[in-house]
Amino acid sequence: MAAIKPMISVEYVGNATVVRFTDEKILEEKDIKILQDSIMPIIESASGGINLILDFGNVQYLSSAVLGLLIRVSKRIYENDGRLRLCSINPKIYEIFKITRLTKTFDIYKDIESAAEDLS
Amino acid sequence: MVPKAPTICSIVVESKPSAVVEICKQIMAKLEANRFGKDDIFAVHLTLEEAFLNAVKHGNKMDPTKKVAVEYSVDSEKVEIAITDEGSGFEPDAIADPRFGEKLFEPGGRGLLLMNSYMDVVEYNQRGNRVRMVRYREKPDFTKSRSGMKT
Repeated sequence: MAAIKPMISVEYVGNATVVRFTDEKILEEKDIKILQDSIMPIIESASGGINLILDFGNVQYLSSAVLGLLIRVSKRIYENDGRLRLCSINPKIYEIFKITRLTKTFDIYKDIESAAEDLS
Repeated sequence: MVPKAPTICSIVVESKPSAVVEICKQIMAKLEANRFGKDDIFAVHLTLEEAFLNAVKHGNKMDPTKKVAVEYSVDSEKVEIAITDEGSGFEPDAIADPRFGEKLFEPGGRGLLLMNSYMDVVEYNQRGNRVRMVRYREKPDFTKSRSGMKT
């Protein structure tokens, strides 16, 4: 597993790239900018469309600005013919996705294994 | 020991996103001292971040010369937070619902929805530059007083 920036780690499971958020809180604008600057090059550097899994297992708090980041990441992936899956979202964070109806937009899986299986 | 009298605090801070960290720390400590549960703490943390960022970004337009005023009180029953910026205000009803149509795919515009979802009271002054939010620890059961039904 290779640490790219303090806020994410990257690993590969099957044909999927797994980006794990390592921080418990993702709230501040500057943090979200760092995340975006870390994730977008991973998408761009993939040959062909990337199969990306975003792992929220460590995340206990996030703000609506993170949802904005996810929308931007999602658009970039689909522009590049890739696929995006989210996983390991704790119940409180999942509630935010439900309230905002983003459960209709994102494919959310219980864990990395089930997300990777869907992408295989 | 749970304090009986409400703790009322008033702070004026620099208009920058990171200024919310210290305020958040203070309010979370008060919630814990008053034995609020994890759901309450999560809800207040989230809405405080959203409301403060709105004040800095949309109210004060990231102007570092401006200030944000935060007043809060916490007692064993409820937490109340008011945030005032120096902007010209906004009309909450004019904000489109981010859950439907094209808005669902836009990066922004979900902060007010989350504030309204997690707090029991969210109200603005006439100018629209001050928001007051309340979350009750135990939700009042209005159906009891209205219908006299026992649950």
